[in-house]
Order: sequence, then C-alpha cells, then structure tokens
Amino acid sequence: MDKYLIINSRKILFGDEKNILEIIRKGNVELPTFCYHSELSTYGSCRLCMIEIVGRGILPACSTPPESGMEIRTNNEQIIEIRKIIVELLLANHDRDCTLCGKSETCKLQTLARRLGIDEIRFKDVIHKKYKDSSTYSLVREQGKCVLCGDCVRFCDEVQSVGAISFVNRGPKSLICPSFGKDLGSSECVYCGQCARVCPTGAIMPRSEVNYVWRVLSDPKKKVVVAVAPAVRAAIGEMFGLVGENGTRIAGKIVTALRSMGFVKVFDVSSSADMTIVEEANEFMERLKSNERLPLFTSCCPAWVKFVEQYYPDFILNLSTCRSPQAMYGSIAKKIMPEILNVARENLVVVSIMPCTAKKFEARRSELASNGVADIDYVLTTQELSRMIEEAGVRFNKIDPSSFDMPLGFKTGGGIIFGNSGGVTEAVLRNIANSSSTGANEIEQFDFVRKCDGVNRLKININDRELKMAVVYGLKNARKVLRDIKAGKSRYDFIEVMACPGGCIGGAGQPVYTDLQMRKVRADVLYENDKTLELHKSQDNPYVQKIYEDYLGKPGEYIAHKYLHTQYEHKKRFKETFEIYKSLKKKNVEINVCLGNGCMCKGSEEILRNIVSFAESSKYKDSINIKASICLGKCSKGPVIKVANKILENCEINMLKNIILKELNKIS
Amino acid sequence: MKTNYNKFEMVCQILKKNNFDKSKLIPILQDVQKEYKYLPEEVLAFISSSLNISPAKVYGVATFFAHFTLEPRGKYVIRVCDGTACHVKKSSSLIDSIKNRLNLKENERSTKDMVFTLETVSCLGACGLAPVVLIGDDVYGQITPDKLVRLIDEIMRREETKW
Repeated sequence: MDKYLIINSRKILFGDEKNILEIIRKGNVELPTFCYHSELSTYGSCRLCMIEIVGRGILPACSTPPESGMEIRTNNEQIIEIRKIIVELLLANHDRDCTLCGKSETCKLQTLARRLGIDEIRFKDVIHKKYKDSSTYSLVREQGKCVLCGDCVRFCDEVQSVGAISFVNRGPKSLICPSFGKDLGSSECVYCGQCARVCPTGAIMPRSEVNYVWRVLSDPKKKVVVAVAPAVRAAIGEMFGLVGENGTRIAGKIVTALRSMGFVKVFDVSSSADMTIVEEANEFMERLKSNERLPLFTSCCPAWVKFVEQYYPDFILNLSTCRSPQAMYGSIAKKIMPEILNVARENLVVVSIMPCTAKKFEARRSELASNGVADIDYVLTTQELSRMIEEAGVRFNKIDPSSFDMPLGFKTGGGIIFGNSGGVTEAVLRNIANSSSTGANEIEQFDFVRKCDGVNRLKININDRELKMAVVYGLKNARKVLRDIKAGKSRYDFIEVMACPGGCIGGAGQPVYTDLQMRKVRADVLYENDKTLELHKSQDNPYVQKIYEDYLGKPGEYIAHKYLHTQYEHKKRFKETFEIYKSLKKKNVEINVCLGNGCMCKGSEEILRNIVSFAESSKYKDSINIKASICLGKCSKGPVIKVANKILENCEINMLKNIILKELNKIS
Repeated sequence: MKTNYNKFEMVCQILKKNNFDKSKLIPILQDVQKEYKYLPEEVLAFISSSLNISPAKVYGVATFFAHFTLEPRGKYVIRVCDGTACHVKKSSSLIDSIKNRLNLKENERSTKDMVFTLETVSCLGACGLAPVVLIGDDVYGQITPDKLVRLIDEIMRREETKW
C-alpha cells in the first residue's frame, strides 16, 4: 500500500523521505528553514519549520519522521505567530543595514521578514556583535549578521572534514568563529567558500574585488585584460532568468558585456585549461613511465591543494606541478600581452572571472608571482561579474553575443568540460588515448567518468595499460581516499579532486543555489557546449600549439616548466609551540621536537624525554633550549627533530646527542 | 634553565590513559585543567592534533562549559555565588569588597602574582546559606564583606604577599 501524508487537506504520497519537511516541499509548499540542508545532517535549531500534526501538536518538520496517514497543517494562527516571533527575535540582534549588504535580495532572513509581513520589532537589541573578519582574500565574516543556524559549521565539518569554524561559548554569548577566537586567515580554512553558499544571510560572503577592478578600468594608463572560466557561463544566466541557457551564447554575451565595461581583451580560461591538460597529461605519462610519484593528484583546485599542503604533507609530491588554468592564463598573459598590446608590464592588469572563492587565495600565492608581483591582479567571482553587469547597466538578456579574443580565446571541448567534476580526468584521457577517433566518438569515448556522486573509482585500459583512476569531489571524500592509500588498501595512478560538490560548477562564487538539481543543469550546459565545438582534444588546439611554438618550446621542457609549473610547501596547521625547557643564556642551541601524529607514532615523545634528561644531566644545560611543535611536515620520515635550524629525519637518540654536542661545541 | 617537561608529560599520560579516544574529550580536558588550573592554547592544539579533532571543535567544547577556563588561574580561586538567592542577599557587595582588597581593575580576574582569582558562579546549590562564597574547595555560608576580607588577609599572611 502506498504511504501518504495529508498536507493541508491534500493527499501526498511519499517514499523513503526521512523527514516530513522533504515531503511537504515535494508537495509544493515552501516551508521556511534556516538550518536545514538536504546535504547536511539535520540540526533542528531554527524552529521555523514548525507544523501541526493533528493529534500530536506542534512539531518541527525537519526532525520528525513521517508516518503514513499523518494529518498535517503547515499554517495556522499559532504556527504563524511562532515563526513571526522567531524572525523578530533574530532581527532584533541583526545588523539590519540591508541596503549596504551584499546578500540583499538573496538573504533568507530578509525574504522571510517580507513574507511574514514583519513591520515592527518589539524586542531590544541586547547581544549585538559587530565584529567583522576580513583577514582573507576569499571570504568576509560579519558576526552581526549571523543567525547561528550552524549550516557553515556543519558543511565545513561534514562535507569538507576541515572544521575551520565552530560554535563557541554558550547561551547569549554563542557565536561562530575559528579556533581560539582567531580570524579566518590564521585558521585551517581552505577557502572553498561553501560556508558562504549555505549561509542564509550575509554573515559569510565572498570578498568582493569589484571596486578595485572598476578603478583600474577607469585608469587611462592601464590596459585591463580578463578571462572567463568555463563554469561561469554555466551559471551566470541564473542571475538573469536564463537558467540552463546555451553555453556558447551566454559566454558570448559575457564577452559583449565585458568589452562594454572597458576590458581591452576578453579571453577564455578554457583555453589555458587546454594548456593545463597538455602539460598535465605529459607529466602523467612521464610519471607512469618512471613509476614515480603516483598517484598523480590534479592541482587545479586551490582548496584541495591547500588541504594537501596542510593535512597531508607526505602527499605534496603527488600533486601535479602544473599550474591551474587560472595561474597559466596569468603567467602567459603577463608574458605575451605587454608586447601584443604595446603596454609596459606594470600597466597591464590581468583579471580572471572564476566560479570560486579559493581562486582569490590562489592568485596571491607567492609561488605564482614574478619579482613579487602576482600574475593575476584581481579575481572576480560569477556573483561579482553579475553585479558589475548590473552596475554598468548592461541589459544582459538583450545584448548580442560576440566572440573571444585570440590567442587565449580559442578552446577545445577538453578545456570546457574542466568545470565539471570528472572533466579534468576526461580531458586527460582524451589526450593520452592513442586513438584516431573523431567527432561524436571522441566525445563519447570516455563519458563514463561523468557519473560522479562523490567518489568514482575507475579502471581504464589505455594503450595496453590498465590505469586505476578516481574522480572525487568533497574533501571528506578525498580524505577517505587518501586514508585508504596510506593504509595500503587501494592503489591509484591518477586522482582528480575538486573540493566543491559537483566540481567548479558548484563553486561558492557561483549564484547561490539550494536545489541540488541545479548542479546537473549546469554540468549539462558544459557537456552540450563541448558537443558544439569543433575540436575536443586539448592537444589539437592550434592556438595552444602556436603559443608553445612561439614562446614555450615543448611541454614539460625548461621554458614551459618555468611558466606553467609551480611548487607547493607544507602549511603548518598549528603555530602553537610548547616551551619545554628554557635556556637562560642568549647563545643557545635550539631543539625543536615534532609532536605531530606521524612522529608521535614513531616515538618522538620518548626521544623528547631522552633529550630532556640528557640536557639536565649535561654540563651545557643552560645553553640548551627545547621546544616542541605540532608537525614539522615530514610525517613519513619521523621522528623529525630540528636542531639549530637543521631538520633531522628518522631521528634516533644517540645520533641526536652527537649532533647536539657538536652544535654546543660550536657556540661555546 | 627552566623546565615545563613534567606538565607536558602529564598531558601525554592523560591522553594515553584515555586511549586517544575522541569521545573522551571532556574527561581529558578536565584532567588537563586539574594539572594546569586552566587550558593553555598550546595544550588544546596538541590535544586536537592527537585526537584528530579540529582545533575549532576543541575550542568550542572548552568554551561551552563554565567549568573550563582558558585563562590562567591563581592559586586560590574565590567563587562568589551570584545566583538569585545570593544576589538578593547582596553578593555584589562581596564582589566589590574582594576587588577592592585585591586591587582588581574592572575586567581583571586574577592578581598579578597569581595568588588569587575571582570568579562568579550562577549557583552553588546552597541557597539556604546565602550569600555563599567558595575559596578553593572550602564553602563559607552567610558571609559578610568584613569576614571575607579577613579570610583573604589570612591567606595573604600565609602566602607572605605584600600589598
């Protein structure tokens, strides 16, 4: 027999839905919520989804499991009053400067206040928190706009397994912040920005660089070039009522809009994505040949890269050294455009438009700068682009499309599908497969990599070799895969990771979406776009070939390496150190013992004890300074100990004593 | 030469005793606080790394419970009850007299020599004896500001601190 609920006198059938809320929404009733997200665990704190279940009273729909035959009312006088009071109480302590808020018009609190007709707030503002955290390039947090729904905390913990922010304190003093009350910039945040996507208000927002870009656009000395990432065209239409519209058409409209704003050249990041594929495929083949540094990890997602640098320093060598498409566009533009545009290098401004908040962080990585000047000057998100379009008064729906500028405007399908989870893998496979297949066959040959719901493990025969590959999104999924590799449970040759669910199309710089179906709509835009293009393999891109010929030489060779590759470094999670043993003398030998998990397992604690007793019994005891840090970043070579700024691996106490004595002799 | 090794070793022992079990975070924090009298940042960071919990979560737990403190506390912790019954019996005048005697400024909680720390608690569950003050583990009921200052003076004499 079919299971059903009677919702507002209407019979609604249901299947395996876990809670009543999902069924109510299926029945086309928009029940308000702050703290409910189908991707996250049910929290039940906002109490906005209260409903009346006849015979049982008023209950929250999100955390009540359905029973067939339940009779439900979603609105009655009492429920409406409850909702109004909740919203009123939240508004009482809220920074209500809506006209100045970037979330205005998309804010759930604002919408709800309007829907419930709230025209007066009867409560006093008692716990106003004004703190604003703009310590990162990617995100801005405003405590005064937080409604404590905890969506950000749960996303960061449950989907990304980062847990950079948490609930702190209790009762009226509760707030959400990083550890030890520090700012986001000194936390473990990887800047994926998904917290901002799920935030119902403006408490966490992507940091805008729009004003800086307008400034350089109005400067007559500057020439500003821009490039648009593939995923942007898949989503910006949503801001203008053009959901799922043809990618080429939307991209063309973006080009027209950007030209009218004063950008002198409009390029396509898909073009440098083709370059990334050429380099990365080359690197992959090299590693396969030498059987070293496998599995190869993709490195286009800056949040994933920071994740590895921070949690898995052991795997840093596995990251592809290829720069991301954004970074390749940056270094090539700064190299070739001054000549083409006849402008001094310092007057060339390079802007990129990305679906991503972490790209803002990536652009400022010191590895991606030459002579201290970043290759990419400004990074705008899709949201910021649509704001600029509105600001400029461009009627996006009406304008005609135009085409990208050359040479960095021509792309193959390989560069376009980069924006989807699985896209990088598919483009690499198209590149390395020695097949003469063309047309539709070329597109469909590897389309099975597209079925990703978090982790997709693949075995593929290429050129008589079986390759084990994995396509992953969500950093918690990535953590699981890495754990299995570490434990020797699985072996891969190639792993693609994108931090955001669905890949870049689901990035935090994209228009905010709540309906998960939207990811499929966006992905389809890119796959359709691939079909309409002339070429599908990145290496066939004639403009990329020409750039190699004119400027870079061969893939992977010296010049190409200089401009298209990068390096990574261990990022310390904990800056705190233990002062174990303090020397009284100015001249002393400093010993720093690693207490990270890897070294602890290999006995660094025992070594620390031995060093302390050695120090105490030695005649030099006043000249020894002992500290302990949490992770020195060489986990596979533990125990790791730093003596007078030299890192010693695989330490053993007798060897250490000798080295310490030598150092002591040097200073005495 | 100054060593803190013993305290650090205690933290390791506490972690081992609890088998590095995430779910034992609260008992671990309690034991560490017993040792240090408060929860130092570097120790919380070390616990977070050892138990594989994000430091933000450890910080969240440590700030949730009134029992835990993240600031160093003096040798004698004076807890003045400011629950309803004690409040009505003028616990605020007790707080004022302690602050005055110990020269504590508005937001200062501990004396500079770390002998005394003043805290208020919401209820000690001894409302019949209101107002109630706890010095260390000793309970003083129906206390007056004069008696309280005398108790503090006595401790000062014992500690030979000069004011």
